[in-house]
Amino acid sequence: MYNFVNNNEPITKIYFMIESITIIGGYGKTGEQEPLQTIKINKGEIIGIVGPTGSGKSSLIGDIEQMAQYDTYSKRSILINGLKPSYEERTNPKKKMVAELSQNMNFLADMTVVEFLKKHAKCRGKNEDCVNTVIEHANRLTGEPIHKDHQLTILSGGQSRALMVADVAIISNSPIVLIDEIENAGIKKHEALELLSGHGKIILVVTHDPVLALMTERRIVMQDGSMQKLLTTTAKEKMVSKNINLLDRRIMKLREMVRYGELIEEFSLDFDEEVLLKKAI
Amino acid sequence: MMKFVIVAGTPGSGKTSVLLHAINHLKNKSIQPSVAKIDCLYTDDDKRYAKTGVPVLVGLSKDMCPDHFGIYNTEELLDFAIKNKSDLLIVETAGLCHRCSPYTKGSLGICVIDATSGPNTPMKVGPFLSTADIVAITKGDVISQAEREIFRESVLEMNPNAKIIEINGLSGKGCSELAEEIMLAKAVESGDDVLRHNAPLAICTLCVGETRVNKAHHRGILRRIDGFQFYEGE
Ligand SMILES: Nc1nc2c(ncn2[C@@H]2O[C@H](COP(=O)(O)OP(=O)(O)OP(=O)(O)O)[C@@H](O)[C@H]2O)c(=O)[nH]1
Ligand SMILES: [Mg+2]
Ligand SMILES: [Zn+2]
Repeated sequence: MYNFVNNNEPITKIYFMIESITIIGGYGKTGEQEPLQTIKINKGEIIGIVGPTGSGKSSLIGDIEQMAQYDTYSKRSILINGLKPSYEERTNPKKKMVAELSQNMNFLADMTVVEFLKKHAKCRGKNEDCVNTVIEHANRLTGEPIHKDHQLTILSGGQSRALMVADVAIISNSPIVLIDEIENAGIKKHEALELLSGHGKIILVVTHDPVLALMTERRIVMQDGSMQKLLTTTAKEKMVSKNINLLDRRIMKLREMVRYGELIEEFSLDFDEEVLLKKAI
Repeated sequence: MMKFVIVAGTPGSGKTSVLLHAINHLKNKSIQPSVAKIDCLYTDDDKRYAKTGVPVLVGLSKDMCPDHFGIYNTEELLDFAIKNKSDLLIVETAGLCHRCSPYTKGSLGICVIDATSGPNTPMKVGPFLSTADIVAITKGDVISQAEREIFRESVLEMNPNAKIIEINGLSGKGCSELAEEIMLAKAVESGDDVLRHNAPLAICTLCVGETRVNKAHHRGILRRIDGFQFYEGE
């Protein structure tokens, strides 16, 4: 038998504080150098990744997830606190600095919600007590209550997604969180993003959704596999953000009405903030 | 000096997909492997391997257990690689029988296992997982990160000493790491290599062709559903 370095000890807490990550640009699909050559993201920042389908958003997320070192298709590299991460930090999942919420909308594991959460808590070296907190938080994100004895595989897309978000926020609790499109899941996006961020975490969120895009501080614009430009959310955009957030909540509310068999006979496109605020909750 | 790599895993787990990526990495490092595919009845993996330009040999075990068949023909496989001037032989084997393990002590044993098969699978597949040096977990892309972590823990429960590589047969993620491990493998001394795990002990009349179901017709080492095992015969 071969002897390998034993990298199988349980995951302990975050190994060191992450102050920043830096993305060093590589090459786009056409083989040209990316216009954006360095992006530094500081702790506590929420960054959006936007661009048309096939523009390379998920690959960028993938590069960060793998802590690429000129070894992926894009030839990008990622620095942590300005330094190259060690081989160990890159390959040993127990030292993982990155939590990831991918596009998968359903669970495949054949177990109950509580069994799943307990197992995951154990993997991450967390106390089982956090399990109820995860379910509580998940239930704040979805209109269809999740019960701890539900089978994972029968959860709806929205329930699964809500549970994944709460699980990433509370059990995985890594300093860098990557989110690949949460908009289509029918969960409360604003609350989801709030739950995931905080405590100085760095969040990168791939999105087509104006609600999420305008909630970020800055956003990377992707095209043809390369990072084209970096937009900073303007003061005007922040005003717009407030309004579309309210609109979004109203649509969530309508969705609930549909779900519970109610009639929707009244809906005004009134953007007056006072009115919206009253109707929102 | 020949390096001998045995890759086992349930059908469709992604063995060929990850090996194709790994072979490209090996070729970039000027290593020319030979590949042998052992299967039971049918395979078209040889065509997929041939596209990378490596020499490929197919062995179909037919009525024999594919693991036993592969072991029995090890010398022929190694000779094939020598004839093709390779210094690395990679054998992909079907691994259908969950009681056998195809790895020899001198080989590098790689188990390829599909993460979507559920966190209880590592408990079910037996020695080809528990005696592997490297466990390559595929298809993590279609499940959540939490499920990947739970699956990884169940693998470690069955084989605490394995090096685990989370790998993707589609994107090739992790395949360069697998290629690195293959390059680090020790050369095998052919002729006196031994199996890591003994083949299952039972030999019964069913093994040699009895088709009648009734108990009265069976001899050999038999095991009842209640777990009682005995020898029936002369
Ligand atoms: N989503 C996903 N699919 C994969 C991955 N790896 C392989 N596949 C797919 O799984 C299927 C089976 O892959 P193969 O590489 O042929 O599997 P195998 O283990 O060699 O199969 P046999 O030789 O027939 O036993 C193919 O359709 C692959 O495209 C992966 O990491 N993710
Ligand atoms: Mg195959
Ligand atoms: Zn067998």
